[in-house]
Amino acid sequence: MTRVGLIRLAVIVAMIGALELACQTGLIRHQTIIAPSEMATSLYALLASGAINADIERTLGIIVIVIAVSIALGFALGLVIHALPRLREALDPLFATYYAVPIFIFYPVLIAIFGLSPIPIVLIGVATAVVAMIIATLNGLDRVPRVLTKVARVHRLDAVTAAMTLQLPAAAPYLFTGVKLSVSYGFIAVIAAEFILSPAGLGRDIADAYSDFNNRRMYALILFLLIVATVVNTVLHALDVRWAERRSGGRT
Amino acid sequence: MNAVARDIHAQLSAVTRIFPGAGNQPPVNALGPIDLDLRKGEFFAIVGPSGCGKSTFLEVLAGLQRPTAGTVTFEGKPVSGEVAEGIGVVFQEDASFPWLTVWDNAAFGLRRSGVADAEVRRRVDDALAFMGLKDFARAYPSQLSGGMRQRVCISRTLVLQPRLILLDEPFGALDAQTRLLMGDEVLRLWRSTGATVLLITHALDEAAMLADRVGAMSARPGRFIEIIDTGWPRERDSKIVAEPAFGEITGRLWDRLRGESLKALGHAGMTTTAAG
Repeated sequence: MTRVGLIRLAVIVAMIGALELACQTGLIRHQTIIAPSEMATSLYALLASGAINADIERTLGIIVIVIAVSIALGFALGLVIHALPRLREALDPLFATYYAVPIFIFYPVLIAIFGLSPIPIVLIGVATAVVAMIIATLNGLDRVPRVLTKVARVHRLDAVTAAMTLQLPAAAPYLFTGVKLSVSYGFIAVIAAEFILSPAGLGRDIADAYSDFNNRRMYALILFLLIVATVVNTVLHALDVRWAERRSGGRT
Repeated sequence: MNAVARDIHAQLSAVTRIFPGAGNQPPVNALGPIDLDLRKGEFFAIVGPSGCGKSTFLEVLAGLQRPTAGTVTFEGKPVSGEVAEGIGVVFQEDASFPWLTVWDNAAFGLRRSGVADAEVRRRVDDALAFMGLKDFARAYPSQLSGGMRQRVCISRTLVLQPRLILLDEPFGALDAQTRLLMGDEVLRLWRSTGATVLLITHALDEAAMLADRVGAMSARPGRFIEIIDTGWPRERDSKIVAEPAFGEITGRLWDRLRGESLKALGHAGMTTTAAG
């Protein structure tokens, strides 16, 4: 592990240790936050019992769908918008202000239309994540060096081959930023939507545990989501670093 | 076809290139009318002031731009808006693909032209060995110096065995010593492939050292104000910079280009003074 990685780990361990100490000594009341060790044992017990398997499957399934649709749709729309400068000119102000609008206000409307099914959650998740992917795609395509377009013509590549073999890899670092943002937004939107109104799912489970003052269950579920989100983001970060090293690694 | 016609590899006749003005701006007359007969197997260099249309000339010849008027032919066939088979181009900008290894960079064009795998391997290995990149075949461009990255781009062109190689200021971003050495590489490549080479450069010494003929271009719209025959033997390298003739050629080029360079800088009034 690198020195920076060790420092990062030490900071996390110190924060968890401080929280543990504060909870164990009564500095933080048990009714407010339970000790991290208690969260971990509660989570282990929940997972071992299989009581939350269905919710895990449902929530993570929806998140995967949201992320996949957002990335694919965002990339496709980004390509189309990039190819149509006038459309882009018209949409640019909307993209710039998109995340200033609380998209969640449309969630009740979607429930009214589609009912309490996973569809409104998927739609609100995609609506939250897709624009990040569109913006990243536009950004990436803007930064493809013009000389690559000439290289494509020198090699007599058709438009699709040029896009797949040159433009897409050249734009990849920016696209990957969009992927990372889509993953984060996907997680947030799905859990939040389930939390607000949903018949099932981890978000719903957390909301129920909160209403029932069941702190052990609530914090166990929160810990589970934190672990999943951290693992996913760590993997994405590792891939990003690896690719970035290839592109701008040390000179010989 | 007579002997002279057979000797002509590429030809530009009365070529002009006018760019439409942006908004209310008037059109920009970038090039010509210009004529040039490129002889088969020769090394021709073009020098001229900044913005005189050197790169436009190369792109029109390559087929990357359509001429506004006039005709361009390569091996007797018209070139217009499409890069003909047999033409290879190396650009000034770093055009290596950072996501591919040096080997895969070199193999890029061959893999897309349906060449058998064994032949791809042979040609790429040969090209990398020729360009001194054999030991870096598995490296990524980011791990190489600017000169080595440019050699990767030359290798990618070389494997396609072009009969006309167009070099658009390929050493523009390199330091003076590296440029001299890269010049030797290009001379070696030119001799071994037998290809016709057209080099665009802003460096008079580079043009004087490398080329059989050097075309000096006027300020925009670019036209040839003189084409100088250097008279160098085919077997030559960067050591000719020590020859008295090298200084004479460079001096003559500068004599022709000084006024044009001042014009390009917007000092037209000084041209008269400079010319005496």
